[in-house]
Amino acid sequence: MFVTQAIAEEAAHGAAETAHAAADAHGGGAFPPFDSSTFASQLFWLALTFAFLYWFMSKVIVPRIGGILETRQDRIAQDLDKAHELKAEADEAIAAYEQELAQAKASANEIGNKARDTAKAAAEAERHKVEAKLAEQLAEAETRIASIRDQAMADVGSIANETTQAIVDRLIGAQVSEAEVQNALGGANG
Amino acid sequence: MANDPIHQFQINKIIPIENVGGLDLSFTNASLFMVVTVAAVSGFLYLTTANRGLVPGRMQSISEMAYEFVASMLRDAAGTQGMRFFPFVFSLFMFVLVANLFGMFPYFFTVTSSIIVTFALSILVIGTVVVYGFMKHGAKFLGLFVPDGVPGLLVPLVVLIEVISFLSRPISLSVRLFANMLAGHITLKVFAGFVTSLTAMGAIGIGGAILPLAMTVALTGLEFLVAFLQAYVFAVLTCMYLNDALHPSH
Repeated sequence: MFVTQAIAEEAAHGAAETAHAAADAHGGGAFPPFDSSTFASQLFWLALTFAFLYWFMSKVIVPRIGGILETRQDRIAQDLDKAHELKAEADEAIAAYEQELAQAKASANEIGNKARDTAKAAAEAERHKVEAKLAEQLAEAETRIASIRDQAMADVGSIANETTQAIVDRLIGAQVSEAEVQNALGGANG
Repeated sequence: MANDPIHQFQINKIIPIENVGGLDLSFTNASLFMVVTVAAVSGFLYLTTANRGLVPGRMQSISEMAYEFVASMLRDAAGTQGMRFFPFVFSLFMFVLVANLFGMFPYFFTVTSSIIVTFALSILVIGTVVVYGFMKHGAKFLGLFVPDGVPGLLVPLVVLIEVISFLSRPISLSVRLFANMLAGHITLKVFAGFVTSLTAMGAIGIGGAILPLAMTVALTGLEFLVAFLQAYVFAVLTCMYLNDALHPSH
């Protein structure tokens, strides 16, 4: 459409141009670029070839290259979107992991504290028990010691009586009854 | 006449198709290189993107870079609305670029060194701007010629200047490309011609030919730059003019 337009306008302008050209062309044989006898052929073939080029460009080349570039643009945008998505996912995973970690740390602390507390409590209880037992054993031992001492003390009295009886027998040859000895020694023992 | 620097622009008929309704539509070397250019552009872009690789190979990267280059150029100049003209601008850029680059091969015809070709392309651009501008904005498109905030007294003068500047656009657009390619190729040919004519003069001539030879090498590099730069300039200006069609108010 544009090409035929051009030729139409060309016809008018071309004539004026040629007149100038012929005058400039050194008088003699026409300077080839200004030789108007070839204009019709050049215009005709230019129109034909350029029309074909324009048609081929607009129908085949431009849609094709445009399509290629668009596909690439889409693909890049898509890939970028995906990358963003994956990054968000990764961030989320990291956040979840950190949270989990913090939770685990807290629960580990708790478990540790609890274990320490129970262990401490058990140890305390054990100590109390052992202490109580020891105190009991101590008390028992003390009472036994006391009874043994009392026994010993009592034995000391009878030994003294017997010894006194024997001494008196040897010294004066008199049989003294135990009760008498007891009486006699009562004051001394007391 | 191998040394004639103009000879490279000679148009020769390959398949004469003369007198079609009084017009000579012969298939010439210029036509051949238009076909070759279009075939190269279409073939390259088509084959390199055939895999539709998500991760582009080297060749696919080149096609994508060209696409992105022109797309960002158009978007920057004319906004997202301008993207409807993308196939047009991309075709123009690739056609001019590849035609310029093909012109750098020895014995190849440079399509863009023909004023009629660059002029037709410029008229195509301006025609598109005018037609689309009026279709989209109607009479408001003429607001293009009346900048905002101009004192009432100056309006006629400014409008005159704006109209002249608008009308000179297709001329400047076409002549810039044409003249760059033409002048570059002639200069290259002239310096290369010095080399051959000096070496024909014997030992001293061969010594003297070193300078033009170095010049030819340097100019070849420059011409490759110019080939790209002119395609770029053509496409950028097209984008700016299309922006006028989309947003006529200054």
